[in-house]
Amino acid sequence: MSTAGKPGASWVKSGKQVERERLKRQRGMRSASTATVSTIIFLVLVVWGVTNSPGWPRVEETFFNVDKFVAALPDVLDGFLLNIKIFLIAEPLILIVGLLVALARGLKAPVFFPLRCLAIAYTDIFRGIPTILLIYLVGFGLPALRLQGIPTDEATLGIIALTLSYGAYVAEVFRSGIDSIHPSQVNAARSLGLSYGKTMRFVVLPQAVRRVVPPLLNDFVSLQKDTALVATIGAIEALRQAQIHTAKSFNYTPYLVAALLFVLLTIPMARFTDYLAARSQRRRGA
Amino acid sequence: MSVLKIEGLRKSFHGHDVLKGIDLEVRSHEVVCLIGASGSGKSTLLRCVNLLEEVDDGAIYLEGKEITDPRVNVDDVRKRLGIVFQAYNLFPHMTVLDNITLAPRQVHKVTRKAAEEQARTLLARFGLEGKADAYPDQLSGGQQQRVAVVRAMATQPTLLLLDEITSALDPELVVEVLGVIRELKATGMTMVMTTHEMSFCREIADTVCFLDNGVLVEKGAPERIFTDPEQPRTREFLRSVLESGRF
Repeated sequence: MSTAGKPGASWVKSGKQVERERLKRQRGMRSASTATVSTIIFLVLVVWGVTNSPGWPRVEETFFNVDKFVAALPDVLDGFLLNIKIFLIAEPLILIVGLLVALARGLKAPVFFPLRCLAIAYTDIFRGIPTILLIYLVGFGLPALRLQGIPTDEATLGIIALTLSYGAYVAEVFRSGIDSIHPSQVNAARSLGLSYGKTMRFVVLPQAVRRVVPPLLNDFVSLQKDTALVATIGAIEALRQAQIHTAKSFNYTPYLVAALLFVLLTIPMARFTDYLAARSQRRRGA
Repeated sequence: MSVLKIEGLRKSFHGHDVLKGIDLEVRSHEVVCLIGASGSGKSTLLRCVNLLEEVDDGAIYLEGKEITDPRVNVDDVRKRLGIVFQAYNLFPHMTVLDNITLAPRQVHKVTRKAAEEQARTLLARFGLEGKADAYPDQLSGGQQQRVAVVRAMATQPTLLLLDEITSALDPELVVEVLGVIRELKATGMTMVMTTHEMSFCREIADTVCFLDNGVLVEKGAPERIFTDPEQPRTREFLRSVLESGRF
């Protein structure tokens, strides 16, 4: 961009430019007011439509009850801490599993043939099993083996199941990132005498990882929600706590509490994704 | 002593013969220019020397040792070769300094300090001082290509391969890159390059090889090739180049 427009530049705007800027400002004002008016009309219509539906008084009582909200909040929040814990432990494990599996699939040396097959079988199987089913299988199947050292804690079992399931997805994300790096980059690195391993480590992976950050974060938003599935094998997390409260009072407001907490957790993640995307855009434009 | 010796080299892609038995010898400190139309096999020849392509027949010797032997460690061969590509192929996620020091540090086990010192010396020599911390996409094409040359030189190769290094550049940027090659010749660097810059080729080459359709048609000193070519095909090629105004 030119710096000629900066203050202090020895140059006076022509009448044409002044007029042009006035028109642009005018158009900007008009756009802003149109957006405001249309948003207000839209919100009014939605609120009017919902609150005038025949069942609204009933819904308001069972889903938006302030007293029940306040009563359930401490317990649901307490349960939600377990969701956060599961998520925070599972996430790094998933990254490690995903990266290792993606790398194993790329190994071409004959020694690693069994490893490559294993990686392919892993992604095929664990991407195919519904997450909730996998949580059942791991949650009830693993402890039933009665092997020494196998955890029996539901949260731990849930973490194992989620890691197995999401590890397969993330492995594919990593692999697509690795495949997206142009072969000329590999050529350049190998030409300098770098081995396959060092080419991966210093040239391909750093570029691939940067490229797959947005889809990875998307998977993590999904993971944050799926921590609720661990409730099915008995872990007392947010969803289960809300269920307990609901069962006591036949009021669904506690579910709303849990939903709100999940949304509050995912929004910062979404903004963080946007921030990273914008940053890499800026870097490329520099 | 010959740095590079190529004997009866053949290479085909999908049944199409790109190189049909090439013989070539490059002596130490010699600059060899490969000329010829697009698709004549020039770039493939360089890629075979660098072992980026597997040869179909024939042999390539680097300093007397066969490198096309399947038992040879390709990384060891490439340690002694430098190559610069038409599209620069710099690593976009690394600064200029990291691009240059990667191979010395990771392959040749030079300490970071020594590698960076050497890199800065080379950058200064090629008019790139002050660009050490820039990223490739902050540089012009000519600057990027000069960084690519510095990167190839940083490992002190015995042979430098240059593959159409000015073809992606605007005319005014070609000059600065050619200046770098001129400088390298003055230091006695052994080089094999493919180029479309005929006047530069004439100025810098010790030997010019004209390739046509996978065959090394004619080879000789630039004065002879450019003024009195023996082969009709060479004459025809040079005439077409002259007519397109690239001489």
